[in-house]
Amino acid sequence: MTSRAQTQLPGFLQGIQAGLTIAIGYMPIALAFGLLAKNTGISLMHTVGMSLFVFAGASQFMALGLLALGTGTVEIIFSTFIVNIRHLLMSMSINEKAVPESKLRKMVYAFGITDEVFAVASTREGGVGSHYLYGLSLMAYSSWVINSGIGYAAGTALPPAFQQGMSIALYAMFIGLLIPSVKKYRKALFLAVTAGLLNSLLVLILPVGWAIIGATIGAVLLMELIQKEEK
Amino acid sequence: MNLETTLGETNSTVWIIILGMTLVTYIPRMLPLVALDAEKIPPVLARMLRNIPYAALGALIFPGILGIHDQLWYGLVGGIVAVGVAYTGAHLIVVVLSSVVVLSALALLL
Repeated sequence: MTSRAQTQLPGFLQGIQAGLTIAIGYMPIALAFGLLAKNTGISLMHTVGMSLFVFAGASQFMALGLLALGTGTVEIIFSTFIVNIRHLLMSMSINEKAVPESKLRKMVYAFGITDEVFAVASTREGGVGSHYLYGLSLMAYSSWVINSGIGYAAGTALPPAFQQGMSIALYAMFIGLLIPSVKKYRKALFLAVTAGLLNSLLVLILPVGWAIIGATIGAVLLMELIQKEEK
Repeated sequence: MNLETTLGETNSTVWIIILGMTLVTYIPRMLPLVALDAEKIPPVLARMLRNIPYAALGALIFPGILGIHDQLWYGLVGGIVAVGVAYTGAHLIVVVLSSVVVLSALALLL
């Protein structure tokens, strides 16, 4: 990840390069979203529009499920809010790492902060700037929008075995982002394992978005307590 | 099957839903970036915010990775492959493709 070539590239191209993995990971999910949207009965415009404007995988699948059940507008929007409120925490963390820039630029790149964009940007060495984040999220975004449309129009997904294999892609990416940090800082391992275990308990009683928030905050607080004890 | 009646949603209702989803997704992503001044955040909180990525990655990986197949071990195998390949220092794309190839091959055998 820290090859010499990368440090010489301008921020935008570094972002494009780092975003390739996300683009690959999004492909099967977006294809599946397009296909499912077609089966739900919404139009191609709605499908591509949802990916274009909302750009949030889990909540888009949930919206399709709720639409199919005939759920009301307010409930669908509220459920989306519940699932996506976790990004508040992720943006707070990105804000710590972001280089000082105009609010306008921040408002633009804020749109692209999905789980995956957050994961790649926040594990990057050093700070993050708008050019890097534009490149990174542009890759993720194009893959998401284009493949949603292809999934709808083609009406078929990838071959079953490959599709099944591709379901690991984003998890493998998260692991690939975590391991270099784990090798460097022991606290990264503690934080990740604690959050994973807490999340396993919290998903039993909370909606998935809140479970992630609770597990993340819980692990970070526990880390603080332990560090205080050690002092 | 008439999907329009099955859905019970008109064309414009779906657009209203999309608009609402857009706002409730964008606002939480945007607010901290424009409303929080990173330099005014107390050091303790700043340290905690810098710890968030590792914790969030843990929560994003687990237990979700076990749910990609009816058989829990399927996701687990993919995770172990990813950890092993990542540990060698391989590029992120290599980590992802290795897991995908191993699990696609396993899916063919299942």
